[in-house]
Amino acid sequence: MTPGVNRQWVHARAGAPFCAKMPTVDLPLRTRVAALAGRAIADASRWVGAGEGSVIGGRVTLAIDERALELMAAGHQSVVITGTNGKTTTNRLLAAALAARGPVSTNAAGANLIPGLVSGLFRGRVGAAAALEVDESHLATVVAAVQPTSVVLLNLSRDQLDRYGEVRRHAADWRLALAASPATVVVANADDPLVTWAAGASATAGTVGRPRVTWVGTGQRWRADASACPNCGSRVRWDDRREERGGAHWACSGCALARPRPDAWLEGTDLVLADGRRLPVRLQLPGRVNVSNAAMAVAAAMVLGVDPSRAVRNMSRVRAVAGRYQVLNVDGARVRLLLAKNPAGWAEALDLIRPPPAPVVVGINAGVADGRDPSWLWDVPFERLHNRTVVATGERGRDLAVRLRYAGIPHTYVPEYRKAVGLAATGRTARQPEIDLMANYTSFQDARRALTVGKPAGLG
Amino acid sequence: MAEPVSIALLYPELLGTYGDGGNALVLAQRLLWRGVAAEVVDVRAGEPIPRGCQIYVMGGGEDAPQSLAARELRATPALLGAVDGGAAVLAVCAGLQVLGHRFAGDDGKVHEGLGLLDCETHRDDGPRRVGEVVVTADAALDLPDLTGYENHGGITTLGAAAHPLGRVVVGHGNGAGDGTEGIVKGRVVGTYLHGPVLARNPALADHLLSSVLGPLAPLDDPDVDALRKERLHAARHPHMHMPQLASGWRRLIRGH
Repeated sequence: MTPGVNRQWVHARAGAPFCAKMPTVDLPLRTRVAALAGRAIADASRWVGAGEGSVIGGRVTLAIDERALELMAAGHQSVVITGTNGKTTTNRLLAAALAARGPVSTNAAGANLIPGLVSGLFRGRVGAAAALEVDESHLATVVAAVQPTSVVLLNLSRDQLDRYGEVRRHAADWRLALAASPATVVVANADDPLVTWAAGASATAGTVGRPRVTWVGTGQRWRADASACPNCGSRVRWDDRREERGGAHWACSGCALARPRPDAWLEGTDLVLADGRRLPVRLQLPGRVNVSNAAMAVAAAMVLGVDPSRAVRNMSRVRAVAGRYQVLNVDGARVRLLLAKNPAGWAEALDLIRPPPAPVVVGINAGVADGRDPSWLWDVPFERLHNRTVVATGERGRDLAVRLRYAGIPHTYVPEYRKAVGLAATGRTARQPEIDLMANYTSFQDARRALTVGKPAGLG
Repeated sequence: MAEPVSIALLYPELLGTYGDGGNALVLAQRLLWRGVAAEVVDVRAGEPIPRGCQIYVMGGGEDAPQSLAARELRATPALLGAVDGGAAVLAVCAGLQVLGHRFAGDDGKVHEGLGLLDCETHRDDGPRRVGEVVVTADAALDLPDLTGYENHGGITTLGAAAHPLGRVVVGHGNGAGDGTEGIVKGRVVGTYLHGPVLARNPALADHLLSSVLGPLAPLDDPDVDALRKERLHAARHPHMHMPQLASGWRRLIRGH
């Protein structure tokens, strides 16, 4: 595939922070028209209040020029982020970090299929670095088109099984995609065996003396989806007594797959680099999981030449990500919105809610984008919601109610979001009761819409 | 106090993809609510299967872990011995396939099963069987309609003398074209239903419990009644239960 720009020239200047008026000048007329049209439609869509406009704008661009993604990405330094959990947040943190080197284009709204990526690129300035999140089932297509400078592999766990079948299949697809893109530097989570296996193809393909994988010890605790080795099917064993570089050692009992030695790792909330530098990660975003996301983003920013301490400093200014962690004023109560989409994400979210007796509203849908089968509710440790008011809501709130009943958690089912919040606030003596609302993907969107209708969103 | 009733959850880390571990919790809670002491024993791969448990529970899983679970089970006579001694078994999806004579992996290789159930599983090139299921239980079991969610690539053929758990009203079940779902042999029950199946079908949970413990007092559970009503209706009238769709225009913009 021959991109419509002079790659040689672009690569010669790859180290330069920002080359104004560089690559799009060489874009074919068709691509330029496509980008302009897409942008106009997206702006119009936003102007009439129909949404972010990123999906329809990208679709318009692709309708005019189906190679738009490839052509618009060419010449940009870019990072592509994928994984089951943390894509949008990590992308936001990375975009903040990359701002240290110049303009950044990004699909910040979480639109992570091809049209969303395209509109992320046409929003950015000429020559900007690109931070792009992509759905885990589309990584291969995107890597082939974008030829990214770096790919970030966060984690892989089960999510939406009714749609995608099996977790290991994603890892296999990633592996092939990365093997076919040898110039890409992979930033990979060393504490996730599936990710390690997927990135491993790249590790062996690297030319001598030039590491192709930056391994990050994130200290990830979710192990339930990788007990059988993705390489040979034998058992993967964790050795919690052998802790090194930010995580417990793990190894397959049947083949050579094992935890790689991390190049960067977390000790508490400090990010430690192999050269001995120690960077405190102080985020406004809550939770241990976001410190892990930040560690991955710092490693990716470093691939693009950003100084890690500047990266960390920039990340500390991020307060909310596409509505996640946002605090809304709802009829006098302060409601914090938390998104969790699958068992691994829920375990993390339950770690970061306020302690009891702070009330909690939990919203569950099973739309196409959520996965139609909510059986995973039984893998979420809802038992931790003891000693507080718990309100179940959402289109599948009845499934949640049964799960809570068997968890021994008293609860009430209230299908409407505003009423659910109202019930959770009842009986709280504080002048402004604080409520955590946790929801899965489409329930989160429904809740945000229902709770912001008719009033400006008060950021907290 | 009497010894607690032991429920063994076999290989939750291998056969736990679809929340089926919840079946063990449902069994234990339904005993505790009746004042009967109960415990769930997690048995992980590599650990010996304890013999003295009253009920053994296995769930669904992906291909590689499923083959690993089959190898582990075949390496020990423990489960066969427990069943001979009167224990009950609930095996869901991959668990059901593993208890049959043999099953096909996604690599096309045929793996030996435990042979506890008279069935075998092969694959076709068609799409996975995914969606809500309603099953009319076999008359001999005297159970209300079963509700659940299936998600499997395998087609299970029952032996000539084998009894199905029931007949499919909505969904695919065993998928062999004979309308059967699951398989029952004495106190061993195999099914393709997730949900988990016992959370959505407390009567099946109590059937398994009373098969080893004798008659049990009924329980009141309005949460489950409401869920069953909703799910049975949703499966029979899918068009009325599509998740609230945005208008065509908004869907076009948002992409879903």
